[in-house]
Amino acid sequence: MKHVVIIGNGIAGVTAARHIRKKSDYHITIISSETKYFFSRTALMYVFMGHMKFEHTQPYENWFWKKNRIELVQAYVQKIDTTLKKLVLNNNTTITFDDLIIATGSTPNKFGWPGQNLKGVMGMYSKQDLDEINRYAKDCKRAVIVGGGLIGFEMAEMFASKNIPVTFLVRETSFWNKVLPAQESEMINKHIKEHHIDLRLNTNLIEILSDEHGRAKAIVTDKGETISCNLVGLTAGVSPNISFLKNSDIKTDKGVLVNRNLETNIPNIYAIGDCAEQQSVIGERRPIEAVWYTGRIMGETVARTICGIPTKYSPGHWFNSAKFFDIEYQTYGWITALPKENEARFYWEHKDGKKCLHFNFDKISRKFIGINTLGIRLRHQLFDRWLTEEKSIEYVLEHLKDANFDPEFYKQYEEEIITKFNSENGTTLTAKKKSWKRIFA
Amino acid sequence: MKAIKNIGYFLTFLGFAFFIGSVFTGTHKVTTATYENWIQSKNIKSEYFINHTQKAIVDQQMSTWELSQIILDQAKASNQYQKSQPKTDWSKIIHLKWSKTSKDFIYPLARASVIGWYKQHPTLWFLITFGFAILGGLMIFIPNYKLLGPAGIKNNGIFQHSATNKGIIGFITAFFFMAFYVLLYFFPNYIINPILSVNGINQFLSGNDAGQWFLYGVMYCSVMTVFAVRMFIKYRHNSYQLLRTTVVLFFQIAFGFLIPEILVAFNKPWFDFKNAWPLNYTFFFDYNINNLLNSGHLGIFMLVWGIALTVIIVPIMVYFYGKRWYCSWVCGCGGLAETLGDPYRQLSDKSLFSWKVERWLIHGVLVFATLMTALTLYVYFAHIESWKVIAFGISAYDVQTWYGFFIGSIFSGVIGTGFYPIMGNRVWCRFGCPLAAYMGFVQRFKSKFRITTNGGQCISCGNCSTYCEQGIDVRAYAQKGQNIVRSSCVGCGICSAVCPRGVLKLENGSDTGISRTQVNDILLGNDMDLLSMTKKNS
Ligand SMILES: Cc1cc2nc3c(=O)[nH]c(=O)nc-3n(C[C@H](O)[C@H](O)[C@H](O)COP(=O)(O)OP(=O)(O)OC[C@H]3O[C@@H](n4cnc5c(N)ncnc54)[C@H](O)[C@@H]3O)c2cc1C
Ligand code: SF4
Ligand code: SF4
Repeated sequence: MKHVVIIGNGIAGVTAARHIRKKSDYHITIISSETKYFFSRTALMYVFMGHMKFEHTQPYENWFWKKNRIELVQAYVQKIDTTLKKLVLNNNTTITFDDLIIATGSTPNKFGWPGQNLKGVMGMYSKQDLDEINRYAKDCKRAVIVGGGLIGFEMAEMFASKNIPVTFLVRETSFWNKVLPAQESEMINKHIKEHHIDLRLNTNLIEILSDEHGRAKAIVTDKGETISCNLVGLTAGVSPNISFLKNSDIKTDKGVLVNRNLETNIPNIYAIGDCAEQQSVIGERRPIEAVWYTGRIMGETVARTICGIPTKYSPGHWFNSAKFFDIEYQTYGWITALPKENEARFYWEHKDGKKCLHFNFDKISRKFIGINTLGIRLRHQLFDRWLTEEKSIEYVLEHLKDANFDPEFYKQYEEEIITKFNSENGTTLTAKKKSWKRIFA
Repeated sequence: MKAIKNIGYFLTFLGFAFFIGSVFTGTHKVTTATYENWIQSKNIKSEYFINHTQKAIVDQQMSTWELSQIILDQAKASNQYQKSQPKTDWSKIIHLKWSKTSKDFIYPLARASVIGWYKQHPTLWFLITFGFAILGGLMIFIPNYKLLGPAGIKNNGIFQHSATNKGIIGFITAFFFMAFYVLLYFFPNYIINPILSVNGINQFLSGNDAGQWFLYGVMYCSVMTVFAVRMFIKYRHNSYQLLRTTVVLFFQIAFGFLIPEILVAFNKPWFDFKNAWPLNYTFFFDYNINNLLNSGHLGIFMLVWGIALTVIIVPIMVYFYGKRWYCSWVCGCGGLAETLGDPYRQLSDKSLFSWKVERWLIHGVLVFATLMTALTLYVYFAHIESWKVIAFGISAYDVQTWYGFFIGSIFSGVIGTGFYPIMGNRVWCRFGCPLAAYMGFVQRFKSKFRITTNGGQCISCGNCSTYCEQGIDVRAYAQKGQNIVRSSCVGCGICSAVCPRGVLKLENGSDTGISRTQVNDILLGNDMDLLSMTKKNS
């Protein structure tokens, strides 16, 4: 029987294993060094904040793996021998495979800052990072977070929840404005301050200073300021975790290079999830997408290929979500920070400053291209369909009630939104009543 | 703000200290008239008991302990005496049973003979118990409006605090809850002073003296009110929670408390219009049916209403809205669980094993309730006395008594509420309530209600499962892109509230079939070609 070995028990590897099991009887082994059982990385912050215990982050009960005949090995893969189809583990054992899936995820970036290896300086990616954060948060007087991405934001929220003062260094002039248009970004800036975070925009880290015990005691910024703190979170992005492949024949660039079937240059070796880098461009997508959903989609896809039905990796319309303290964010389709030449934008914001919708559409053809929403939930299924059917911005607005996904009895704003659009565009659209028929069409 | 909170803790503590301190400390003086009344109403025939007890208690001041002990001792002595007679007169034997004697036999006399400070100062006594606890409770929760920061989900520290993570405080709380229920159900003679704290209210409402159930009613409503205020602050950004909490509080205070008391004031039967059989398991008991039949048009209406509620209203409403309309919008048990119980919702067990236990238990109780009621109705219509043995040495009365004891008292009260801080706030609703089991069938197989999963947006974080009070592994469905259609879901809406990615929406769709339960192999967002079945040439 074919032996499929998967390195990495994150969402990508585990999804692949589950789907291979559904379709086949192959012998499946997952090797991972971080934890024995799969857990949800995205929930690490909630464990620190006391919303959950670590065991709650595990999507499957421990008996699940045995029942589904998925063998778990907790070890670090040091080397891949592609000719003998053999893995060398750090516990001095070897494992042979017929098919191999590399799903080793990412590792936090460190840019060679002086002091980046001091005690009390950490990234936030793994379970081990969480343990470290727990240890150093205990006597933390002030925490400095370096890097204004989503993980940095989560870290800021974590410490704030424990009433630890936080300074948040962000290189950009406004939070996450490489991704978010100015209005959304500004809304988040305000919300960060509302939560008493000391937000420093347009500020870079120069170095981290050590106390006599080798623990961080302060940081120095490019503004010449020294901020004393005894915990530093480094969250300046992530890169594929592939250092163990250095001396193998598997072709890599920033990540493991794969074709549309998620195959590497070596037959029977595949790469999925954060660590995979697409050789050919897929739509507007970046070659490496370190998000949960793409990892899962790649897992679903590679499972089919391995089970004998070669299948192209075909992610559908882009979607994503996050939460900034109390403000939820969802996005469907594409809406970049700055409009492209052919694009027009329509922005509506609620007067409380915590809800907005930002539509992106084609100036000429009126085709709807994408949407950002803060503080209002939208129905994925409908936006996906509208994008596929290339509906016009007018159609989307008129049927917006269908797409509202807020809990029942929430105030809805479709009329207000459409009125604003009409007055800006000289149109006379009206909001159509919600229709289940259309929703389930 | 912190200071207000601390004063609140102090006041609450004081209120409870007075309340609890007064338990077991009743003082009694039985007058001849009270005594004779009691003897008559209890239908006591044994002269031995009547004379000896009279000598021992009438016109003497004594504590509840002494009074209760004397009555018990005398009853035992009397029984011994009667049995030692050449021919035992069984009508003179006094039946003793721990779960009944205190509440049915001793309590009425103790209640009627209580004297002392508590009786003389009802208003002050109310103020320093209920008054302090309610005011203190509000002072604890209202500052959260500021202390917790901007509106949003603030579950910080829940699993790091002893009270909400099965720590020592949790166990102490559970102990107090259980002890209270044991006293309430089985030894109300020891809580007469607490009962006196609400005597004034009962006098005002219906002109009657308060009993243990009135005390329970006032406590229930007060606790729910204070904790509803907590909900209003905690979920002030969430209209579903605000509305639901308001409605369930209204139903408890109006239908579960005020209306029944007012009915009594007008000499009508005490009747809770929202309490449906089989949760209301005494509805078809002979004394209830007879009572309603003897209460004129209103009584007949109540009888018809009660039957229609179970047979027509409940299933139709579940068809349209799911069982949530009852369990978390109307029901009193649900109301307590959603207010007092909310801090404990995360403690419900999510394992597959507990789901198995749940199904056996809750359906077992439903079968038990149905069989008991069938038997009750059978003896009623066949004109068989309920205490007559029917088969295997068992009478209908025996079965009713067992149900009342094991399910009505121990399961729904002592365990159902007592275990809040250990097993979560819906222990009864999840494992025991026969009405929930009945509605569960309708919800699972024929209802428009579902929790829609928002395409592929789930990140498997687990907040939803963790905070599901019914122990449903919500994530297991959401991460597969599948809707949640489970018989046990009470539609509290908290899974949807805590989800950080906006994945879950409780809604009543247009159909009961495919849109509800469809399962896809892959999630939304993956456009891979599922049709191409070309096999790799190997
Ligand atoms: C704090 C945090 C929050 C996030 N929140 C979101 C979010 O809200 N939404 C979203 O879309 N994405 C989010 N992400 C990103 C998302 O979690 C990742 O994209 C996803 O987990 C990647 O999954 P993966 O399976 O590719 O790899 P991983 O989950 O990283 O799993 C790889 C595993 O392989 C192990 N491993 C690596 N090398 C070896 C080796 N040589 N031998 C053995 N084992 C090895 C690693 O230890 C790891 O356990 C978040 C990430 C973090 C860190
Ligand atoms: S599934 Fe959601 S709505 Fe249903 S009981 Fe659980 S938390 Fe409440
Ligand atoms: S809370 Fe939301 S994102 Fe998290 S597991 Fe549940 S449905 Fe998924």
